[in-house]
Amino acid sequence: MKFGIVTFPGSNCDYDAYHTVTEVLGEEATYLWHKDHDLRGSDVIILPGGFSYGDYLRVGAIARFSPIMQEVAAHAKAGGPVIGICNGFQIACEAGLLPGALLRNAHLQFVSAEVRIRVENPDTIFTNLYEKGEVLRIPVAHGDGRYVAPPDVLDEIEGDGRVVFRYADATGKITAEANPNGSERNIAGIINETGNVLGMMPHPERACSTLLGSADGVRFFESILSRVAA
Amino acid sequence: MSKFRIAVHITPRKGLLDPQGNAVKGALHTLGFRPVRDVHVGRYIIIETDAYDALTAEEAVTEMCRKLLANPVTEDFEIESAVPA
Repeated sequence: MKFGIVTFPGSNCDYDAYHTVTEVLGEEATYLWHKDHDLRGSDVIILPGGFSYGDYLRVGAIARFSPIMQEVAAHAKAGGPVIGICNGFQIACEAGLLPGALLRNAHLQFVSAEVRIRVENPDTIFTNLYEKGEVLRIPVAHGDGRYVAPPDVLDEIEGDGRVVFRYADATGKITAEANPNGSERNIAGIINETGNVLGMMPHPERACSTLLGSADGVRFFESILSRVAA
Repeated sequence: MSKFRIAVHITPRKGLLDPQGNAVKGALHTLGFRPVRDVHVGRYIIIETDAYDALTAEEAVTEMCRKLLANPVTEDFEIESAVPA
C-alpha cells in the first residue's frame, strides 16, 4: 500500500510519518509537494503536523488552497482514506473535509506532552485493531488544539459515532483535567460522515516505538493496512 | 476601474470561549482598569482592490470574508465602507 505524505511549507512531521510508514509498517511512502497536482498513485493520504504557511491568518487556512489540496479533496470525495494529524486536522477542518474548527488552547499555552486518549469508535478503517474504551498513550504538541463546533453539529457527530478519540485519564475516565486544550466534550479525533477522513490532534506516528515512550500508535496504521488492503 | 480601500474586522463568535480576550482583560484589571467588563481579540485586515465602484468592492470583500478571511464556524466579520484609495 502506498502512503502519500503532503509537505506544505512549514510542515515538520512529514518525516515522522514517512519513517512510520516505511520503517514501522514496511510500506511504501512518497512525499507530495504542496504545489503538485498529482497524488502519484497514493492509496492513503497523510496531512502531517507542523505550522503550514506559518499559521498565518488562521491555522490551516492558507494550506487549504495549496494545489495539492484539490487532489486530496477529490481523493476524499471518491472515498479514499485521508488522515489529518495535528496541523493536518486543522487543514482538513478549514478545507471542509471535517466539521468544526481548532482554536487556541484554552489555557493559551503550547502543550507538548504525552496524553491519554480513549478509543470511542473501534469500527473505523483507522481504529479496527483497538478495543472500544481502550486507553492509548499518544503525544500531543500544539498551540491550537481546542476543538469547537456548533452544539447541533457536536450532537450529530456524537450520535453517529464519529467522535473516534476522546482525551481521558489513565483509567479511561473523561475529565476536565485530562483535556489538554479545552476541546469541547474532550474530543481528540473525529471522522467524516463517510468514514474515510479522520482528523486528530494527537500524533500516532510519534507513538510507534516503545523506545520513544509508546507504541500505541502502531495499530492505528496497521488498522488501515488490514482494512484498506482487504 | 478605481482603487478602493476596505477595512475588515474579524472577531471571535460571541459565546465562544475567548481565552486571548480573557487574558487581556485580566491584564487590564491588574493595571487598574477595573471597570473593564469584557475584551475580545480579533483581526483587522485592510484590503486595497480595484473595482468599478464602492458597492462592487464591498461585495467582493464580503465574498473574500466568506471564503477565506473569516472562519464561518468560529468568527464573525464586519466590513467598513469602501473609500477611494
